[in-house]
Amino acid sequence: MAIFIDSDTKLVVQGITGRDGSFHTTEMMEYGTQVVAGVTPGKGGQTFEGPDGASVPIFNTMDEAVAETGANTSVIYVPPAFAAGAVMEAADSGVDLVVAITEGIPVLDMARAHAFARDQGVRVLGPNCPGMISPGKSKVGILPAQIVEEGPVGVVSRSGTLTYEAVFALTNLGLGQTTCVGIGGDPLIGTNFIDCLEAFEADPDTEAIVMIGEIGGTDEQEAAAYVEEHVSKPVVGFIAGQTAPPGRQMGHAGAIISGSAGTAEEKMKAFEDHGIAVAKRPVDIAGLIQERLA
Amino acid sequence: MDIHEYQAKELFRGAGIPVPPGEIATTPDEAEEIAGRYGGMVVVKAQVHTGGRGKAGGVKLAKDAAEARAHAEAILGMDIKGLTVEKVLVTPGEDIATEAYVGVLMDRKKQAATFMVSPEGGVDIEAVAEENPEAIRKLTVDPRYGLLPHQAYWLANFLYEDKALARQATKIIGQLYEAFQANGCSMAEINPLITTPDGELKAIDAKVSIDDSELFRLPDVEAMRDTSDEPAAEIKAREAGLSYVKLDGDVGCCVNGAGLAMATMDLVKYYGGEPANFLDIGGSSNPDKVVSALEIITADPSVKSILFNIFGGITRCDDVANGLVEATSRIDIDLPIVIRLTGTNEEEALQILEDNGFSAYSSMDDVVEKAVELAKA
Repeated sequence: MAIFIDSDTKLVVQGITGRDGSFHTTEMMEYGTQVVAGVTPGKGGQTFEGPDGASVPIFNTMDEAVAETGANTSVIYVPPAFAAGAVMEAADSGVDLVVAITEGIPVLDMARAHAFARDQGVRVLGPNCPGMISPGKSKVGILPAQIVEEGPVGVVSRSGTLTYEAVFALTNLGLGQTTCVGIGGDPLIGTNFIDCLEAFEADPDTEAIVMIGEIGGTDEQEAAAYVEEHVSKPVVGFIAGQTAPPGRQMGHAGAIISGSAGTAEEKMKAFEDHGIAVAKRPVDIAGLIQERLA
Repeated sequence: MDIHEYQAKELFRGAGIPVPPGEIATTPDEAEEIAGRYGGMVVVKAQVHTGGRGKAGGVKLAKDAAEARAHAEAILGMDIKGLTVEKVLVTPGEDIATEAYVGVLMDRKKQAATFMVSPEGGVDIEAVAEENPEAIRKLTVDPRYGLLPHQAYWLANFLYEDKALARQATKIIGQLYEAFQANGCSMAEINPLITTPDGELKAIDAKVSIDDSELFRLPDVEAMRDTSDEPAAEIKAREAGLSYVKLDGDVGCCVNGAGLAMATMDLVKYYGGEPANFLDIGGSSNPDKVVSALEIITADPSVKSILFNIFGGITRCDDVANGLVEATSRIDIDLPIVIRLTGTNEEEALQILEDNGFSAYSSMDDVVEKAVELAKA
């Protein structure tokens, strides 16, 4: 098993004809993801030519795409000005899950989009995230497929390349993954650490969990408290940004220490206080997981 | 993006909030001239992108134009938390009866704009929150409906018992929410919102931060960007589409991805070094970006070694290696460069780098240790 996406995932790509959308659609199809539809307003009726002669119908609206193909998940590669609108259109179309890859969406737009999606009961992942991959089953987003392997470890992270680093190290030690989820680096994200921890705890195939956080906000601290209360599986944590100065945004819009809140020290302490093993270096993550699965 | 007090006040005036007049001076002459026109008491206020201006001596009351000139002389060029004061705001002095705090910011946890108001204004609101939390009233605005009239009134009633004042404050709170929305703010505060002895409300200090992701659609707000107190390297980085933050160490870091960039800095520290910067070159292997990154890093005189840490995912390592080789052939660099590339097409990449005389590594720990060692050599 896996969480959130698996071989039953039927994906519609919003922004399928754009540069990023078309490139990653091909990548996802090559991995075996069932891409059943694309949406680009004004290009309905055309088709997207994927690998090995596979073609994907393009629709003008999400409503048509879902009605025609039975898609249950959407992924968004739409430019920032239109991306929050795309999230709401997806949430209104009948899919269960919306994965928003786009970086740089205005936060006020996302506040509305998250509220709207919550009303519809639709799960949003991201925005400003790499998406997720359930090795051997499905990939939705931009995570590099060649670094993952099927196995017992669930991975959840706010980062992109740092996640790849940790996942690649796991794979190199022979520790595959059930699902790797990048929850995104924005201040307002949909699916959070706790949602993923809950899903990994419930997933019978996940035996251990890696949680990678960074400076800014208090999600990691709350997730740590949740782990102690509700997670029976071993959790290994890592926090990036011990050397980040306060008040400066470190790349990700959400990675900022405000006043004295949101520091790496505070988060690492919360992890330790709640029984989460803290890796001092990224390379130690895989080793700590190995010890706990031995 | 942070804007200055005088710019924040312009936005507030645009929304109808009562803000006293004020003009910007860049010389003592100008300050004197402005103060002369206002007549009477004026306040001379340093315009820098940081808090704590008052404590640093950057805000002074002057009884007349001559004193305003003297204050401007002292404040212009002053260093406040590492920032040089280039401008002062000259504004008429106000008679103050009471001071309140009214602020709205994007609450990450609630995922919505949240108001904080307190009758204890004119001081650091975080200190009030800590020492006297019952002196603060909070309200989260549902983004689907916006701030409702009764909510604004509920906040205003916490500030003022007087009906007329509460009515004025209700209006100002609504206007502040409009300014917050219309200008893509992540934070907007009036501190203090004063009452005058005549029973008028005025916003005499203003602080606003803008969500950077809004700027593409707000050209008037983007035009408020003041780069004069920003390090040249950070301006250059922003223009090149890179995220860069200058730090105090000597190991120059160039990494793809923000999380990995932070983890790389942390690892530099772990191995006994100090990172010179945060730099995320993003997912691209475009040689132009690598050139810009190298130019920025090498322009920092404290950098003693340069460390590349690239995780090739979708980005192919051999593309990055070719970009690096091309970039380094376009600019002259005397400093040692060590490179770590791993992931997609790693072997081809390491070969390209070795053929061109670079030290290439596949382990993050090895390359960081080496970079720290070279910086100390």
